[in-house]
Amino acid sequence: MIVRISGEDQYRLADGESQRLNELENAVIAIVEGGREDGFADAFRSLLDYVRANGTRIGDDELETSDLILPPADLTFAEAGREFTGEGLVPD
Amino acid sequence: MAGLTGRMSTVVKAKVSKLLDRAEDPAETLDYSYSKQVEQLQNVKKGIADVVTAKKRLQMQEASLQQSVVKLDTQARQAVSSGQEDLARTALERKNVAQTELQGLDTQVTELEEQQQKLTDSEQKLRAKIEAFRTKKEVIKAQYSAAEAQVRISEAATGVGEQMADVGLAMQRAVDKTENMKARADAVSELEAAGTFEDLTALGSGEDDIDRQLKQLSSQPQVDDELAKMKSELGQGGAGSPAQIPATAAGQPAAEPASEAPADAQQPGEGGQS
Repeated sequence: MIVRISGEDQYRLADGESQRLNELENAVIAIVEGGREDGFADAFRSLLDYVRANGTRIGDDELETSDLILPPADLTFAEAGREFTGEGLVPD
Repeated sequence: MAGLTGRMSTVVKAKVSKLLDRAEDPAETLDYSYSKQVEQLQNVKKGIADVVTAKKRLQMQEASLQQSVVKLDTQARQAVSSGQEDLARTALERKNVAQTELQGLDTQVTELEEQQQKLTDSEQKLRAKIEAFRTKKEVIKAQYSAAEAQVRISEAATGVGEQMADVGLAMQRAVDKTENMKARADAVSELEAAGTFEDLTALGSGEDDIDRQLKQLSSQPQVDDELAKMKSELGQGGAGSPAQIPATAAGQPAAEPASEAPADAQQPGEGGQS
């Protein structure tokens, strides 16, 4: 499984990691949907840190397509809200 | 997290398949795709140049505000020495405003520096991917049949396309930050255009519209404190509470022969506006 952290790098993770990733993602979503910023920064950082720590960075000269693309590390709570509900971060 | 996960890949894949539909000849598709990538790289370079330009503008404003701070401080001291408390107070109020703007500019310069660094990193990554694509396209052109080439092109183009989308996102974020900082840069320009940080002695000690507005902007206790400190440094009475300063000065005729100082401080314009 290949995961990109937007604005950083792509990482290769074992397929077995997807369950843990889902849990971390769901924690972030729950906070965003709750509408309260408390804990958002920590939960989001945990998700990105998990990818960085458990994945192998893919070289800049490799052409791989990601299975999962995570938002940039400086994502704000407000942006996260739009990402989940509106048109999202990615420009067309 | 479907909202986060799939979107960018989907956009990229849609674009790539559109590209593949357009051209029948794989070699042509590859070359077209490559020229688009190089174009995008130029756009990124232009984006970095824009951020650098914005940063330079802020830095120039910082330098000019720093000069104003020094100048206004000097004028305040001169005014205190010659017993013109009104003028000293006005100079300190303006200095206060300049310092506040200076802090804001400083934060934004730092932010733009971060954006510049991020974009430069993104540019390097994109450049590496495009280079990899260039190599791969020559291999595909030389080694694969048309049918097989389509598959290989799709893989390579999606990989580099994703990087292009990612750098596009980084550019968008940099542009947003640059827009935000423009508001502050414009505010500083307006203050400068209004003569806020001009030579005060040229304006005289009369109070004008700018002064009244600045009085609301600047934090009064800070100005009082600074004025008291300046007076004590210049040997003009004790560093007592600001309210006592005119009285103290009046009670010490030895300090300054110019006894107009307390009278100045009680001009109707001064008391009535605060």
